[in-house]
Amino acid sequence: MTATTAPVNTSLGAYAARRERRKTIAYGIFFLLVALAIALLFVRNSAPGMESTFKLNPTTKEKVVPLGDLVLPTQAALIVLAGIVSVIGLYQLVKGFKRAVIVLGIVALLFVFAFLIWAVRGKSINLLGILTFTVAAATPIAFGAMSGVMCERSGVVNIAIEGMMLTGAMVAVVFASISGSLWLGLLGAVISAGLLGVFLAVLAIHFRVDQIIAGTAINIFALGITSFISQRFLQPTPALNSGGVFAKIAIPWLSQIPIIGPVFFNQSIIIYILFATVIAIHFMLFYTRWGLRTRAVGEHPRAADTLGVNVFKIRYINVIIGGMIAGVGGAYFTIGSVGRFDEAITAGKGFIGLAAMIFGRWTPLGAYGASLIFGFSDALQARLQVLGKTQVPIPSEWLLILPYLVTMIVLAGVVGKTVAPAADGKPYIKD
Amino acid sequence: MSEATSSAPLPEAAGAPPPVKTARLRTALLYPILAVFTALVIGAILILVTDKAVVNAWLNFFDDPMGTLRLTVQTVGKAYGAMFEGSLNIGGIIRGIGAALRGEGTRQLTIALVPISESLTQSVPYIFAGLAVAFAFQGGLFNIGGEGQMLVGALCSVYIGFKLTGLPWFVHLPLAMLAGMAGGALWAGIVGALKSYTGAHEVINSIMMNWIAIILSSWLLKVGGPMARPDVPVTPPVLPTAWIPRLFDTPGNRFHAGFFLALFAVWLVWWLLYKSTLGFQIRMVGANPKAAKYSGVNVKRLWIIIMAISGSLAGTAGMVQTLGVDRWVGVGFSSGMGFDAIALALLGRNHPVGVLLAALLFGTLKNGATRMQSVAQIPVDIITIVIALVIVFIAAPEIIRALYRLPKTSAEEGPVFTKGWGS
Repeated sequence: MTATTAPVNTSLGAYAARRERRKTIAYGIFFLLVALAIALLFVRNSAPGMESTFKLNPTTKEKVVPLGDLVLPTQAALIVLAGIVSVIGLYQLVKGFKRAVIVLGIVALLFVFAFLIWAVRGKSINLLGILTFTVAAATPIAFGAMSGVMCERSGVVNIAIEGMMLTGAMVAVVFASISGSLWLGLLGAVISAGLLGVFLAVLAIHFRVDQIIAGTAINIFALGITSFISQRFLQPTPALNSGGVFAKIAIPWLSQIPIIGPVFFNQSIIIYILFATVIAIHFMLFYTRWGLRTRAVGEHPRAADTLGVNVFKIRYINVIIGGMIAGVGGAYFTIGSVGRFDEAITAGKGFIGLAAMIFGRWTPLGAYGASLIFGFSDALQARLQVLGKTQVPIPSEWLLILPYLVTMIVLAGVVGKTVAPAADGKPYIKD
Repeated sequence: MSEATSSAPLPEAAGAPPPVKTARLRTALLYPILAVFTALVIGAILILVTDKAVVNAWLNFFDDPMGTLRLTVQTVGKAYGAMFEGSLNIGGIIRGIGAALRGEGTRQLTIALVPISESLTQSVPYIFAGLAVAFAFQGGLFNIGGEGQMLVGALCSVYIGFKLTGLPWFVHLPLAMLAGMAGGALWAGIVGALKSYTGAHEVINSIMMNWIAIILSSWLLKVGGPMARPDVPVTPPVLPTAWIPRLFDTPGNRFHAGFFLALFAVWLVWWLLYKSTLGFQIRMVGANPKAAKYSGVNVKRLWIIIMAISGSLAGTAGMVQTLGVDRWVGVGFSSGMGFDAIALALLGRNHPVGVLLAALLFGTLKNGATRMQSVAQIPVDIITIVIALVIVFIAAPEIIRALYRLPKTSAEEGPVFTKGWGS
């Protein structure tokens, strides 16, 4: 895996160069295979006269600058895409791109685009609808990922995101139902999930319990307590389970931008809170004293301690804030979208959040990007189901597997290197 | 990784002085018992504070102090009494024996035995799932993927069970059982191989594999899906030639031969861990992978083997439930058992016999909770909460120590398996 396996008498430089060259060729071959796949899977299965129509206007009546539909001749467009990808592949084989990972991303994007063109051959699809749904589906995932970033950057593994979100989801709707105020519901979600954060922090930092065991316990506990309360109170008294939903708010000016406007800036307030959270964490993590300390504590707590940083305090603060962020994500499930709580409503989104955090390499912006990709696969799945089996003869569920599969591939180090904070998961013992 | 600060069970020191040994026994018995007891007490408190009548009585405590206390005791008594009766039914069994002795036939007794048989039946998958997690822990790996491995095991065995026709039972049943074991072994083996060859942490990959299994199953089992019946989201029934035989013909008694298979597995895992060379290597890797490597153990190969064996045990958990009890598989098959198994391993201190006892307890609790729900309208989820609390109390023994003012002894270290994430 590492250079230490090099023969002793070969210089490390030559070895690294050879390794680099092998990698370049592997990427090139992979790109050519993608081009071949587009040709074999999509071009061959489409007829010359077909057109693929992408609608770019919102389905709801909103005041935006209307755009024309994007109509592409299916086969010609696919041939062009296959051509572009094969050119990229050849260039990679012969000369090699400097940053192959980015090119890989572009190739993946082109492949997805080709897939879409093929899937809607002879039909039309509302691309704007898919993208809007993507942003919505990515929101709970991203809150989960942000919670993970907060905790793990300070060296505490948080697999309890799912449980924190589940609790937040229930408390939000109950508080909102009782008080009649969505904001109090949101506050309740933040406090309840924050308390689970306190619980995780005490177990992981004070009692030095294995953080994965502590997280699992919290997940089981949250599942049990929410189902218990749901059956004992919410089902007999539906009035407790109807908190209403945050209305969509169109941001003036920004929501008028074509495509980007309706997708990002005509959404629920919770999604704006997410944008603010992502930016705030990014800024604080990389440009403030607190961020530097957090990263130091996550990488080398002993060194940080020696320099006078209070390791425990930083970890407590981060884990509790992480819990609160997960709580907002939980609230999105109920008072952000459907307005009522059902048992196990989070359906594993907390774990996809964990995956997004890893895919985004423990950075807030990367994690949000990953969440969008995972949200997109969600949106695509829903849309393909509508298109029907004859149109797309692959099970739409397979698309739902992609986030997990992609994470495993990323973790395997096939695509660049993913490195967790060095002290992640290790309790700190002060001498 | 290298920070195996754990009490990861080291090879038993042969000539350990008796005081340490008694302390160890105390740790092994006292703490789990106190943990379960405390969790049940908290469960009782939860039942009380969510009961309108009880809360009202306490709010007006001074109107009728005795009545309030009586109501409190009655509420808890009714709930846990129903649980006890629904899981063990000792009173019913004694009455049944009495009836049989009086010469009134054994019918009453066989009916009275149904609850306890059902408790044992429910324990069977718990035994296998608990063994799976404990076995991996012994090898220093955290198998949090029991959920997915159980599901895959169940799906593989059910597929062989309904697809192959015309086979005699002595061919069909073993085939279906092997398919379940192999499915689980494969699902976990992938995780082990990824850890060995790429260094990817087994916990993340296990979680990912869990969800892949769940999504795959929801596709396979949806109405009209590749493995489902055309009208309902469950598989066709397993053919009788692949059934694990039930041992009683009383209606409602589902006790099956898989229980003895589970006991055999307990012995086998014990033998494998403590009496075989492989087991010694596994425990060595679990205690200190670096030391194991330098003493000539192929750690990477062993990781794959540990995960595969652990996965096959989890797969067997799904398999016995399918072939012995349900005889078909539907969506939401394992519903958290793979995670409960972590509690089993912790309660049983990763020892096969400890896991067996813990699994019997969990099977009993779970079975009793069903009765509690119908008699006292307490949602079965109370058991899920109790299980979560048990994990917390076992993993953080300081809490129990503080609650019961227990002194700390040197032999008592928490079962901490602390290690990093990325490598």
